[in-house]
Amino acid sequence: MNHLDELEAESIYVFREAYAKLKNVAILWSIGKDSNVVLWLAKKAFFGHVPFPVLFIDTEKEFPQVYEFRDQRIKDWGLNYVQEQCPPVEEMDPTLPPAARLAARKTYGLKNALAKHGYNGLVAGIRRDEEAIRAKERYFSPRDDSGAWDLRDQPPEFFNQYMTTFPPGVHVRVHPILHWTEVDIWRYTKREGIPLVDLYFAKNGKRYRSLGEEEITHPIASDAATIDDIIAELERTRIPERSGRAMDHEAEDSFERLRAAGYM
Amino acid sequence: MRSATSQALKIVIVGHVDHGKSTLIGRLFHDTDSLPDGRMEAIEKMCERRGMPFEWAFLMDSIQAERDQGITIDTTQIRFATERRPYVIIDAPGHIEFLKNMITGAASSEAALLLIDAHEGVQEQSRRHGYLLSLLGIPQVAVLVNKMDLVDYDAARFGAVAETYRAYLASIGVEATGFIPISAREGDNIATHSTKMPWYQGPTVLGMLDGFQPRPPLADRPLRMLVQDVYKFDQRRIVAGRVEAGRLEAGDEVVFSPSNKTARIRSIEAFAVPETPSAAAAGESVGVTLETQIFVERGEVMSHLEQAPMETNVFKGRLFWLGREPLTVGAQYTLKLGTLECPVTVERIDRVVDTEALDRDDKERIERNAVGEVVLRTRRLLAVDEHHVSAATGRFVLVHDYVPVAGGQISMAGYPDQRNLVTVRSTNITAVGHGVTLDARTARNGHQGAVLWFTGLSGAGKSTLALALEAELFARGYQVYVLDGDNVRGGLNANLGFSPDDRAENIRRVGEVANLFADAGFIVISSFISPYRSDRQRARAAAGERFHEIYVKAPLEICEERDPKGLYKRARTGEIRDFTGVSAPYEVPEDPQFVVDTAALSVEDGLAELLAYVKQRLLT
Repeated sequence: MNHLDELEAESIYVFREAYAKLKNVAILWSIGKDSNVVLWLAKKAFFGHVPFPVLFIDTEKEFPQVYEFRDQRIKDWGLNYVQEQCPPVEEMDPTLPPAARLAARKTYGLKNALAKHGYNGLVAGIRRDEEAIRAKERYFSPRDDSGAWDLRDQPPEFFNQYMTTFPPGVHVRVHPILHWTEVDIWRYTKREGIPLVDLYFAKNGKRYRSLGEEEITHPIASDAATIDDIIAELERTRIPERSGRAMDHEAEDSFERLRAAGYM
Repeated sequence: MRSATSQALKIVIVGHVDHGKSTLIGRLFHDTDSLPDGRMEAIEKMCERRGMPFEWAFLMDSIQAERDQGITIDTTQIRFATERRPYVIIDAPGHIEFLKNMITGAASSEAALLLIDAHEGVQEQSRRHGYLLSLLGIPQVAVLVNKMDLVDYDAARFGAVAETYRAYLASIGVEATGFIPISAREGDNIATHSTKMPWYQGPTVLGMLDGFQPRPPLADRPLRMLVQDVYKFDQRRIVAGRVEAGRLEAGDEVVFSPSNKTARIRSIEAFAVPETPSAAAAGESVGVTLETQIFVERGEVMSHLEQAPMETNVFKGRLFWLGREPLTVGAQYTLKLGTLECPVTVERIDRVVDTEALDRDDKERIERNAVGEVVLRTRRLLAVDEHHVSAATGRFVLVHDYVPVAGGQISMAGYPDQRNLVTVRSTNITAVGHGVTLDARTARNGHQGAVLWFTGLSGAGKSTLALALEAELFARGYQVYVLDGDNVRGGLNANLGFSPDDRAENIRRVGEVANLFADAGFIVISSFISPYRSDRQRARAAAGERFHEIYVKAPLEICEERDPKGLYKRARTGEIRDFTGVSAPYEVPEDPQFVVDTAALSVEDGLAELLAYVKQRLLT
């Protein structure tokens, strides 16, 4: 087994545990490179099937290419697609910095979807290497009624055993690619031929490294026009992946505040 | 060959609080030139803003709350690389309240660095962490005697601390890979040899790291695959799970434990791979189809017939305890063993290890964050291994109030393999005395007493399903018994014939007996055609709410085609008179609790549905 095989095997194990132990699970799909890998891993784990609804939290402010890509994937992969619109920004906490306030809409869109569909599990494509706070995540991470994450009192996780039973009112986030790195995602995407939104590839000296809402996501200077170029670029760079995501950088703790409130 | 660019070695850094873990990590990042752009400057600025000298530890402590409290709370995984290979480094906190986080970080590591302050010497957490690393199965531990700058780089002081700790490790059967005198703050013996300690000739910390070995592959061990699930998304019935050890190939004959069923692997299934695999080895998450349709489910262990795991309902466990309340004798928890889950009772505590004074006399409880040896007993059979034979099937987790509270290793010393010892199995079924309440029986059994009244045409599959269900429930520790026509007519009802009156009396008595069994806490499966609603109504009246009418449904043509005992043929020729469905009526149940359609379902699928029904309705 090579490195990518090992990562894949671990993710499949996590996916199958979620399917066996949780009753009403949805996959959060941002349509970015990570959540496409998550969907692909679901098809690997369940032999070509995605036995969960696939939930998209629509800000209505994504790039047009993202919406086109979404429609094509739903068709090609036969997804059980569920969509939830985000509430307007005027309803968000005014004490948050501006970009974080925009990002908070997703948190509420997600809360509304949870309430509407009664999911007790949500599969999310986050990785430990993205951001220091995400490094503290578990594969199975319980959230309370309001979606809040108590990062100071997390259940222990060892011997491939996860917290799979919960008191009433608690749901769980499942993180099948927690142990992957950004470059792992690219290498695997290339090996498996997983489709991607073309915004990741450079045009006129710029490309997007991480995709969010159009207003608060900035491209990086890059000439990387293929996956191989991107991998070569990542091996050289020391600029963090989420540096183009404005809401992370407004205050020392803005990402932590978003995340504790249920931001994916 | 391992690829130099991708296979990171997972290491954990442990030790007593304030013995310098975060400082060491900051130093390792700096000395291997692994810091992201701007991180050093950001930390310098932050320290300036707070009016304090530069602090290496801030690199790891990237959450505001941690910075304010001045302690690390949870494991944070960050990567760095030497020239030889990349590493994932897991900062494990030393504060005792956060032991569960240290365990989470350490459990997935391949090697550990354990820090001891040269000035303070061996502390309680130094000992506790050493013990836990051994329980977690971390094979390589380097002991770093830190803060040598505070003891004037004194060789004698290093020797004294190393000797004390070496002796402690020996007392718990552990041998360290090496001891290194360092100063993390000053960078002594981290990347390069320190000029201040010319008396030390051994490896530097980076040299020691590069010398650690990755976990050996387990492909040459006996096959162990934990069954996670059985899928039927399409026409394939796929047994899915991860190969924890060994290899499997299409065509292999395998046994599932603890159900002890055998089958041959027909194929290995996979999605979007260049070619269909014909074999799989340790580490792979796979799915297999079987040549014969047997009923298997999550929780079983698939192995070859030779070198199968042991079966038992009792074992010794060496465990660490994280629960808020102490572990006590007689307490019941949920056991997680591979993918199997079931209730388990603490039969006794053999030893409580106190890392401050090694052994204690009090064997009634194991307190939070302590280590002990216990005997655990379940009602059902388990498939287990000695932990040193197979880690995945030789270790367990206990869950209490939803949360994992213990982890440990299995020892079977002194306990027999019960795979072929049915007699031993039955002695483990506890007899009940008089004056025991129904609630007590229910609590003991973990399920309610009940009458599962199978009704349906001859040949519908009642007996087949009843016996299969009995076997499955028994294997899971249920109190279960099948009442069928032959065993009743031979004794209790020997004086009854086949006249309608006698038939009614037959069913009445069966109903009463079934009710007595249900009173005793049993799940009774009665398997009678019982064609008349009135008779079934009487049986229901005897058992009340514990009565479950299960309609085993199949059209007459199919039953007649099956005709397992040749009875339909004889009925058609007139040799048998008053035969239900042919020359006597069958009154279809109007409102049964459950219907098993054996015309549409295989025996395995029908059994799976019945099991799901029993779990849902009768488990407490």
